[in-house]
Amino acid sequence: MATTEKNKKKYELHKRKYVLGGIACVIIFTYILRLFSLQLLSEDFKESADSNAFLKHILFPARGAITDRNGKLLVYNQPAYDIMVVMKEQVGVDTVDLCNTLGITPEWYKRRMDEIRDPRRNPGYSRYTQQLFMSQLSAEEFSTFREKLFCYPGFYIQKRSIRQYSYPYAAHVLGDVGEVGPKDIERDGYYRSGDYIGKLGIERQYEEQLRGEKGVEILLRDSRGRIKGRYQNGKFDEPPVPGKNLTLSIDVELQALGERLMTGKKGGIVAIEPSTGEILCMVSSPTYDPRMMVGRQRGANNNLLSRNPHKPLLNRAIMGQYPPGSTFKTTQALTFLQEGIITPQTLFPCSMGFRFKGLTVGCHAHGAPIPLVPSLATSCNSYYCWGLFQMFSNRKKYATVQDAMTRWKDYMVSMGFGYALGVDLPGEKRGMIPNAPYYDKAYRGSWNGLTVISISIGQGEVNATPLQIANLGATIANRGWFITPHVVKDIQDEELDTLYTTRRYTMAERSNYEYVVQGMRQAVLAGTCRAANSPHYEVCGKTGTAQNPHGQDHSAFMGFAPMNDPKIAICVYVENGIWGATFGVPIGSLMMEQYLTGGLSPESEEKAKTFEERHLISVDNGFGKQER
Amino acid sequence: MASASKRDKEQSIIRNLDWFTLFIFVVLVAMGWMSVCGASYDFDQGTQLLDFSSRSGMQMVWILTSLVLGSIILCVDDRLVESLSYIIYIGFIVLLFVTPMLAHDIKGSLSWIKIGSFSLQPAEFAKFATALCVAKVISSFNFDLSRWRDLIISAILVVLPMGLIIMQKETGSALVYLAFFLMFYREGMIGSILFAGAAAVFYFVVGVRFADAPLWDIPQISMGEFLVLAGIHLFSAGMMWVYTSLRKPFLQVLLFGMSAYVLAVLYAKYLIPVNTCWVQWIVLAVMVGYLFYLSVREQLLSYALIALFAIGSTGFFYSVNYVLSDVLQPHQQTRIRVLLGLEDDPKGAGYNVIQAKIAIGSGGLHGKGFLNGTQTKLKYVPEQDTDFIFCTVGEEQGFVGSALVLAIFLVFILRLIHLAERQPLRFGRVYGYCVMSVFLFHVFINVGMVLGLTPVIGIPLPFFSYGGSSLWGFTILLFVFLRIDAARNRMRH
Repeated sequence: MATTEKNKKKYELHKRKYVLGGIACVIIFTYILRLFSLQLLSEDFKESADSNAFLKHILFPARGAITDRNGKLLVYNQPAYDIMVVMKEQVGVDTVDLCNTLGITPEWYKRRMDEIRDPRRNPGYSRYTQQLFMSQLSAEEFSTFREKLFCYPGFYIQKRSIRQYSYPYAAHVLGDVGEVGPKDIERDGYYRSGDYIGKLGIERQYEEQLRGEKGVEILLRDSRGRIKGRYQNGKFDEPPVPGKNLTLSIDVELQALGERLMTGKKGGIVAIEPSTGEILCMVSSPTYDPRMMVGRQRGANNNLLSRNPHKPLLNRAIMGQYPPGSTFKTTQALTFLQEGIITPQTLFPCSMGFRFKGLTVGCHAHGAPIPLVPSLATSCNSYYCWGLFQMFSNRKKYATVQDAMTRWKDYMVSMGFGYALGVDLPGEKRGMIPNAPYYDKAYRGSWNGLTVISISIGQGEVNATPLQIANLGATIANRGWFITPHVVKDIQDEELDTLYTTRRYTMAERSNYEYVVQGMRQAVLAGTCRAANSPHYEVCGKTGTAQNPHGQDHSAFMGFAPMNDPKIAICVYVENGIWGATFGVPIGSLMMEQYLTGGLSPESEEKAKTFEERHLISVDNGFGKQER
Repeated sequence: MASASKRDKEQSIIRNLDWFTLFIFVVLVAMGWMSVCGASYDFDQGTQLLDFSSRSGMQMVWILTSLVLGSIILCVDDRLVESLSYIIYIGFIVLLFVTPMLAHDIKGSLSWIKIGSFSLQPAEFAKFATALCVAKVISSFNFDLSRWRDLIISAILVVLPMGLIIMQKETGSALVYLAFFLMFYREGMIGSILFAGAAAVFYFVVGVRFADAPLWDIPQISMGEFLVLAGIHLFSAGMMWVYTSLRKPFLQVLLFGMSAYVLAVLYAKYLIPVNTCWVQWIVLAVMVGYLFYLSVREQLLSYALIALFAIGSTGFFYSVNYVLSDVLQPHQQTRIRVLLGLEDDPKGAGYNVIQAKIAIGSGGLHGKGFLNGTQTKLKYVPEQDTDFIFCTVGEEQGFVGSALVLAIFLVFILRLIHLAERQPLRFGRVYGYCVMSVFLFHVFINVGMVLGLTPVIGIPLPFFSYGGSSLWGFTILLFVFLRIDAARNRMRH
């Protein structure tokens, strides 16, 4: 009895081997499951391992240089130093000492560190990789830091280059470069926090060409951050591809004169080479020194400029939308001729203005009635009002006034108005050309040629940018076509967009343009633009005096020269400059002289000085120009 | 006659040796050597793998000497070893006792004795001595581990070297001796002791380790407390399943308790974040009352005992918390936290374990290939060629390789159980279970620590971790058993 019980017990104990074997199996299977989840289900560890062990040392390419049309260097690179920090490694750094060395306050240090750690402000944040701590230190600022670098584990130096400018001109065209924002990083995977990106102007428009391609050098790093050589002997390294150089169509001498002449005035000058559409100068006034937008002062200066009531950051040449005034009469002449509303011999009366059914559009004293060419030379308002009235009332040609309006609008659009031209700069405005639905809405369908009469003289709803007006000049100089204006003449190793090499024809024929050219020539010889006349070349011009409901009339000039081999077409637009002849004509004539003869004659130089000193707005010191 | 029996014996060793286990041993040692190569390889210098100044070269020396040592052991008569058990044990106890006095302080450990140019760690060999002695004692006539007196005698034999090793500041090595309780269980120790011990370790480790971790991002709930209370409930239900025959009360306890916990947590997560532990207390109290009621109704003591287990467990958990935070000195608290891997590294909590996980996780399915691991070689993983050697396997051999290593260890351990069970004498069986338990404990703790599942206790992975003492220690432990096993058929001659 006792033995059976003992045997039974022995048998029970024998079964315990299964419990022990079971424990071993459970442990090992649990571990294999854990391995499965660690190694096969999660990619995170792989990435952590890479950022642990691979130090991806970014090799920054040199940004492309920018020269003017004559090969003068405008923008180049200058070395600067960024201080980078690896959060995981910067432990035990004497922050007080660091702040003293860098000349920053402990508060700034703390704030910056918080910013770096904040994944919303710094989307690519990782504890294991270098993060930008401070950017663009000059060689002097950084020399003390370099000496003491060994005291600051986790801090690194990254050599970068910043933009430098040879001339204080063309800030609006050149634009600037700044640190990428979170949106840029989200939009384009190329950028990492701390990278630079073109913010305005050419730098922004041609960012992809200018920036080049970053290279990378993969280094192996041990747990203490020591570099242990190159991964697979640099097999996976990529050298940086330098950015492409750009040649602008801008003539920096012409640009300089333009900015000088526009000192103390608001407005813009655009000059175009008619045969190519290349923009020779693009002045927007008031302007600022592009060098203000470099380095760590960029933020402060940017604030200063954006707070200025005269809006120096606004590129008026492409963003200012002004009534084109009498310069617009050329488009009307072309439209009426092409549509057969008038012939060059058609006479219209003018008794100090257009008077019809109680409506009066004033004009100045000149002989009347007159045909087309003198009407341009004297800038007769009445002539164009009659023209438009006859066109819009012509029910034989157009079934309704809406049809006439649409036809008219098509002409304007074909001449480059109403839509952005497509210049290679960001932020171009489209101006305004009204269409039939617009007036239907505004006048509830009850309108006619008289209602909208002021559009014939470039007033009313019509708005255009100085660029569009200059382009009109180029179109007339070419007798009927233009090439989309652009500021980049040449990209290194790359063709220009066909947009900037293709002619765009207007709806008016070449023969009709000849009459307009004659009218503009007469304006210079015997009309409103006499001050633009030059003994050396035949200038054609048209003034504009645009009524401005907010104050003094705007002064405008559109012209080109020489008449039969046009080299330059220009628009000068001076806000509140009163008569076209007051500012527009003389400034335009000086600009043409500068470009066509390569300089100013002594008398012209005197004249230029006078204009430089005639200020319509106060010139404060906020624009950085006084430093040059 | 003498020569004939001698030849007979030689033949029987070759015939009776368990070549399968020996084969697994060789495979594990070879894989171990590759891992040490991987862990100590330097990208810069491209170390010669057999250069004796490098770790991989030295490990090769240890491997070759181990093979010699193993061969010698196979030639020694197993009865000699058995008869010397007590002397070997006493010798090692004395050695362990004097070690701290002779030892040089190596990273705070006083466990190394320098002999010539080599350093040896007696603690690694004491496992073998203890196993021998315990086997000898338990195999004595009429020794029954289900008797408290005999269990205590055996336990003292185990606890004695343990205490001495703790004095050498090698707590990890000392904890290995707890593995002997697995053998005690096989040899007749009441199962509840093992279960209660395991439960106590669970309460302690989980309760302390996750005390400050929030459950499911609810800041009011401590994950440790929640898991321990839920564990008590589950264990109680499990005991009802094992020790009683009524299924309905078991299901009631299990389902009612778990659904109450889930509802409480959902309430805290989505409605009002509150600490749910009072819900658990109420549920546990209801369960205890129900168990006592069942005990009376069914006239069964088991229910009452389970209720007492639940009460005792809860009491144990809260008193551990109390002792830890209110009774112990801060430096003692730190030591315990270090043991649990909460405070073992200078770079912030969990650095080692995180780096180990990164290294293993980056291995993927196939691994990065021999000598191509970056994490282990660039010293991101601490103790990469000793305690954290499994990281190298994970990184370089990937899931395929590391699962294979674990599978081989499992086969090895199951094989040891098989060998132990086939011993005709209790001495051989007990010794065999000692060997198996020690290996299982090492694999359990070492791999679990690397995978972030068990506390960080610095003990080597058998045959993998770099080091002469541990490799020699494991070799002796195993080969003595193989020698005993090879003589299993002697009785029938």
